Amino acid sequence: MANTLYDLISANKRKTWLFIIVFSLLLGLVGYIIVNLFDWGTVGYLFWAVFIIFYNLITYYYSDKIALASAGAKPADPNEFRVLHNVVEEVAIAAGIPKPKVYIINDPAPNAFATGRSPNNASIAVTTGMLLLADRRELQGVVAHEISHIRNYDILLMTIAAVMGGLIILLRDFFFFFRPGRRDNDRDNMGILYLIGIILAIISPLLVALIRAAISRQREYLADASGSMIIRDPEALASALEKLLHFQKNMMSASDATAHLFIASPFGQDRTSVTSLFATHPPLEDRIRRLRSLVV
Amino acid sequence: MWVILILIALALYAIYLYNHLITLRNRVDNAWAQIDIQLKRRYDLIPNLVETVKAYAAHEKEIFEKVTELRYRAMSARGVSDASQANNELTQALRTLFAVAEAYPELKANQNFLSLQEELTNTENKIAFSRQFYNDVVLEFNRAIEVFPTNIIARWMNLTPKVYYQVPEEERGPIKVQF
Repeated sequence: MANTLYDLISANKRKTWLFIIVFSLLLGLVGYIIVNLFDWGTVGYLFWAVFIIFYNLITYYYSDKIALASAGAKPADPNEFRVLHNVVEEVAIAAGIPKPKVYIINDPAPNAFATGRSPNNASIAVTTGMLLLADRRELQGVVAHEISHIRNYDILLMTIAAVMGGLIILLRDFFFFFRPGRRDNDRDNMGILYLIGIILAIISPLLVALIRAAISRQREYLADASGSMIIRDPEALASALEKLLHFQKNMMSASDATAHLFIASPFGQDRTSVTSLFATHPPLEDRIRRLRSLVV
Repeated sequence: MWVILILIALALYAIYLYNHLITLRNRVDNAWAQIDIQLKRRYDLIPNLVETVKAYAAHEKEIFEKVTELRYRAMSARGVSDASQANNELTQALRTLFAVAEAYPELKANQNFLSLQEELTNTENKIAFSRQFYNDVVLEFNRAIEVFPTNIIARWMNLTPKVYYQVPEEERGPIKVQF
């Protein structure tokens, strides 16, 4: 058990570095094209190199805050959300990690996610819909799932992937819709920018698919199972997921880039076989079935 | 020359084992301290709870006396074995107390009672989870002082097996503390 957990953690750290390197190379390529296009010369390259370094530093240190902000999460008041704070504290004790920061998302759709760099620097966000739907025990199951993402270092990889995926989508939109003046001598350059936009539009779904492959739906099953081990109660999460099955709604602030962070798909339950191939989350029925077959 | 090298290697290995055992022992003590904090917190909450319930259900004297007595006994218990047994009985008594409270709708609507109930559930869960952690650490420690060659160092250090925190019979399965 201990060995596999440590293997998992180092594999996650390795993948995180790989992600950072691949995205830096990609950004470098885009920068190379732009600098050449506008003939900015050495200053342009230098500027771009500094940009990439800063971008990576910001992603590493602030991606959790970016993810929290983009989901509209606010710090949970310890008095108003006493039960949630208590449950997080309990499960953190069970997992042997410090208590993560607790956030609330004001959204009627029941959902939750975890983010951060390491167990010492982690946050858990839960929607108000989840608090209304789940009883104390079910909430414990949901929090245990998130805490196991934290303990396994899934959060770092998932959050960085979310923020980098977000940048790709942003760049695509920028090149696609960037139209300053329509002077004749700029038309060629604009055409090339448009071309980059098209290329990015073609490769961005591939990149998103790559992100999902790296993060893998297997991770969700694993977090379900190891979360249940932490509290030694698989039924807690199983019954919470069962409620989600009946009450799932689209979240107000769901996006392609952050979808994989959540405990259940923020786009509601998709049942068609085509979408399930590309889905970020395994079907709830399947997760419930696996949880119920666990023996602790 | 070779003899000296081997002796140095052995000495270094012995130092490593010694330090390892110290680390394990500290981990056990630390895990116990964690449980102790939660137990103390529970002792502090109980008088308040008894007073609140009394105000609505004064004639349930028997259970109040039992809880008060068990609390006192748990507080004065020394050693892991006694403390864990007394506290398990206290948990049982508290469960009965909350079951009794079910019969009083006014009590169940009392804000003070509800927040005490949440606090006790919280403490109870923390005790259960830190107990789980404590017992895992004790298992590791006891195994370490029994296997060769660590047992030689352990004997020289006068280390004895640590006592497990007793798990009540009905709780051997999943932990479900819900009053």
